[in-house]
Amino acid sequence: MSISSLSCDVAIVGGGIVGCSAALALRKLGKSVILIERDLCGSRSSGVNYGGVRRQGRSLIQLPLAQRAHAIWEKLPEILGSSCEYTRSGHLKIARSDADLASLIAYQEKAEPFGLGLQIYSGHQLRELYPWLSERVVGGSLCAEDGHANPRLVSPAFARAASQAGAQLMERTQVIDMAHSNAGFTLQTSTGQVIKAPVLLNCAGAWASFVAEKFNETVPMISAHPTMAVTEPLPNFMSLSLGVEGGGIYARQAHRGNCVIGGSRGFALDELRARPSREAIQLVLARSVELLPQLKHANIIRTWSGTEGYLPDHEPVIGPSRTTPGLFHGFGFAGAGFQIGPAVGEVLSELATQGQTTTPIDGFSISRFSRVLSSITTTLGDLP
Amino acid sequence: MSQHTAKTHNGQLVRLVELNRKSIQIFINGEATEALEGDTLLTAVLTHQKAIRQAEFSHSDRAGFCLMGACQDCWVATEDGTRLRSCSTLVQANMRLVTPKAKP
Amino acid sequence: MTQSLQAVIVGAGPAGIRAAQTLVAHGLRPIVIDESARWGGQIYRQAPHNFTRSSKQLYGFDAPKADAVLSAMDALLSKVDYRPNTLVWNAEGGQLDVLFEGSTSVIDYTDLIVATGATDRILPFKGWTLPGVFSMGGAQVALKFQGCAIGQKIVFAGTGPLLYLVAYQYAKAGANVVAVIDSSHFSQQVKAVPALLNQAMVFAKGVYSLAWLKAHGIAIHHGATPIEVKGAQSVEKLIWRNTQGEHQIDCDAVATGYGLRSESQLADILGCKFVFSNAENSWIPEKDLSGRSTLQHVYLAGDGAGIQGADAAEWAGELAGLALIEDRQLKQHAKHSTRSHALAGYLQKRMAFGQGLNMAFQDPPNWARQTTDDTVICRCEEITAGDIRQTAQSTGAQDLNRLKAMCRVGMGRCQGRMCGPAAAELLADCTQQSIVKVGRLRGQAPIKPIPFLQNPTVKTMSCDAKEDE
Repeated sequence: MSISSLSCDVAIVGGGIVGCSAALALRKLGKSVILIERDLCGSRSSGVNYGGVRRQGRSLIQLPLAQRAHAIWEKLPEILGSSCEYTRSGHLKIARSDADLASLIAYQEKAEPFGLGLQIYSGHQLRELYPWLSERVVGGSLCAEDGHANPRLVSPAFARAASQAGAQLMERTQVIDMAHSNAGFTLQTSTGQVIKAPVLLNCAGAWASFVAEKFNETVPMISAHPTMAVTEPLPNFMSLSLGVEGGGIYARQAHRGNCVIGGSRGFALDELRARPSREAIQLVLARSVELLPQLKHANIIRTWSGTEGYLPDHEPVIGPSRTTPGLFHGFGFAGAGFQIGPAVGEVLSELATQGQTTTPIDGFSISRFSRVLSSITTTLGDLP
Repeated sequence: MSQHTAKTHNGQLVRLVELNRKSIQIFINGEATEALEGDTLLTAVLTHQKAIRQAEFSHSDRAGFCLMGACQDCWVATEDGTRLRSCSTLVQANMRLVTPKAKP
Repeated sequence: MTQSLQAVIVGAGPAGIRAAQTLVAHGLRPIVIDESARWGGQIYRQAPHNFTRSSKQLYGFDAPKADAVLSAMDALLSKVDYRPNTLVWNAEGGQLDVLFEGSTSVIDYTDLIVATGATDRILPFKGWTLPGVFSMGGAQVALKFQGCAIGQKIVFAGTGPLLYLVAYQYAKAGANVVAVIDSSHFSQQVKAVPALLNQAMVFAKGVYSLAWLKAHGIAIHHGATPIEVKGAQSVEKLIWRNTQGEHQIDCDAVATGYGLRSESQLADILGCKFVFSNAENSWIPEKDLSGRSTLQHVYLAGDGAGIQGADAAEWAGELAGLALIEDRQLKQHAKHSTRSHALAGYLQKRMAFGQGLNMAFQDPPNWARQTTDDTVICRCEEITAGDIRQTAQSTGAQDLNRLKAMCRVGMGRCQGRMCGPAAAELLADCTQQSIVKVGRLRGQAPIKPIPFLQNPTVKTMSCDAKEDE
């Protein structure tokens, strides 16, 4: 039996946008990196999400990270060698009632110090600017520099950039065992390799709680699955990325004309795969036609889902392990990890090399789950 | 009875048999056009012109392909925006279709 | 037990019809869901009501079989719940999602027979998206179902048993068939004769068509490959190639196809396991000889689970019905076992014939390698062979689904039906992998495009916790 053993400065479990951008950032800092990904990089949540590149609407404690990421996204074409269809189309959060509009105004006030440049509009004003919005829109909040991109292209592109910068990526490779000792971390892979590193990054997305548990850290993370649908190519009419205050749907039109629409909940087929549910498909389609009457005659050509990790407060876990020196976590983005992913990657690279980061992340500490929680009985986002 | 001779045939499809069917009037780009009862929309259009739609990206003409509802290359719109798969939809009187105009 | 059992059959071609007949004979009342307006599937597709041609004129040699199958369904109508014009677009939790007249609903089932049939297998050539190029099956539908020829000067280019059959049907109906371009070599077809004799009648039909065409002076070119269709707005000429070089034919329509491919999206969505069939050079849902899939109470019959032709579809439909009866421990007829064995025997013999067909009909040699970069492969998204090659190279994509995500091949309205086989061949070629290694395109709902649904029972005002992404 031959065992090949590899050493590096930093080992990363998980090849989504967080893991791959961490790998890239670490390479820029001159560290050697081995990234292990069970499937293909960027093929899970990072590759199948809605594609919103959005700061507006995030909790205030996420905004420093979001602003850091905003600066990275601006340089995306240089970093990745391609735009990956990233566009600063503007993100409009729609209010369907006066109460929702009040909520948007309150958020605008709270978020003011962070410089998102939010502008509140009445429904009437919005229909003047964007005649394709229906009468159901009572008002909205526009963040002009937010936008969207094609996640199927972005996340694998981060992997390629990391690889080109010298990170070693092991795709279709599972980590079957992990251990830590004074000598650092030892990982065993499904391909018979042993990887040794003093630092380990847990970027395993919706499956990161299994990694955390290996080091005696339990987090009450559950998996949830959005319902996504895409139309045939339609004449371009919608220039913004849309969201709805209070939940509902999110919708954008890609430059080729397909409208990508998401919302509600799907279900897990198994540990790895998810599907949209029939009720969710109906709900999402009905809600989107309500807001966007131009979709009335369009056809849906494909639906899909993905698996996203949620912690009870919908905030991620970012930062050092409580139990194990050299282990740093970056997971649990509650379906909102695409925009901030690249910033989390940079933060993890700083933590891995300097033990600290310039971006405030205390609110995301894993120690907020200090009590071991047994069975979780609530589920997020049950359909009405 | 509908007849097409080789000289004046601007369409793609050629009626060979089943010519004794009831006439049905439809409109293509506002022009009254004769179809036969039992025609699909695709037949009704393609017996008069070569194309039923345009590809989105190259804007090149398309005229369907598989005739059995698989290729999805024959979708056509009516004047009110309704979309129909033309190979699997039978003509009804006074349907008003929008297609690329026949080129000279 | 019979009261709580609800058998549903998806598809009303020969397989679906014989399955329905079998279940009815055992006291069941299946729901039969048919995407078309009238039963018969593709091969025995019925013309619209007001058409007058006889079944001999429509189906030729197959008229007796067509009549038998079509009248069988006619006799069943009062004993089954027949749902025409109904599309199955998804399946989840023991229910099928169906679209009928623009509205969606669900159909419960305890037992399912999937008989979803097949479409043409296409290998693109430059210019194939021009008006005037149709699939081989499409050309047949134009004649059978609409009484039309696809043009005034028609070339049939491809290979497979359909090639000569449709060309013959066209010529016999008075269409102007200018040439038949067969990528197979005549010598291959002669070599295949022993295996083809396994199904003497079917073989005879093929030989007859070819002989008739030759006798009527229609040019047949073997070992010939279409390379480009030219025309300003529609087909004007076809350029083709054989060992003697390139040639040109004036024409205004081309029918093309290289055999058939299974419509297996429903089987995929249901969760059936797929296997690669070397005999068919494609992925098909796994089934035992009785048609049991890898899922309990889900059966597969007919060309939707591997191309075996219309006769085999009838046998498979009946056999799946018998298997269902057996599996549910319902009362069997006295000859159940004997009949099941006989049907299984016919199917096995047909599979041997199929191997002969594969020997007799071969794709253009090195089709992928010979296809130029500027040839459109995915006609929905307008993705070329060059796009595929460049994407494979720049992204390292080795798997068909990854290729799709990266360059959009198979992402359009038809969800890879027309381009899937070709994309697999190209990816295998440019990454130097076997066709098995590149995998297959994953089936996703909706199986065919569905409209935005205005379902009045859906509450749209309510919110849920799912925020923006």
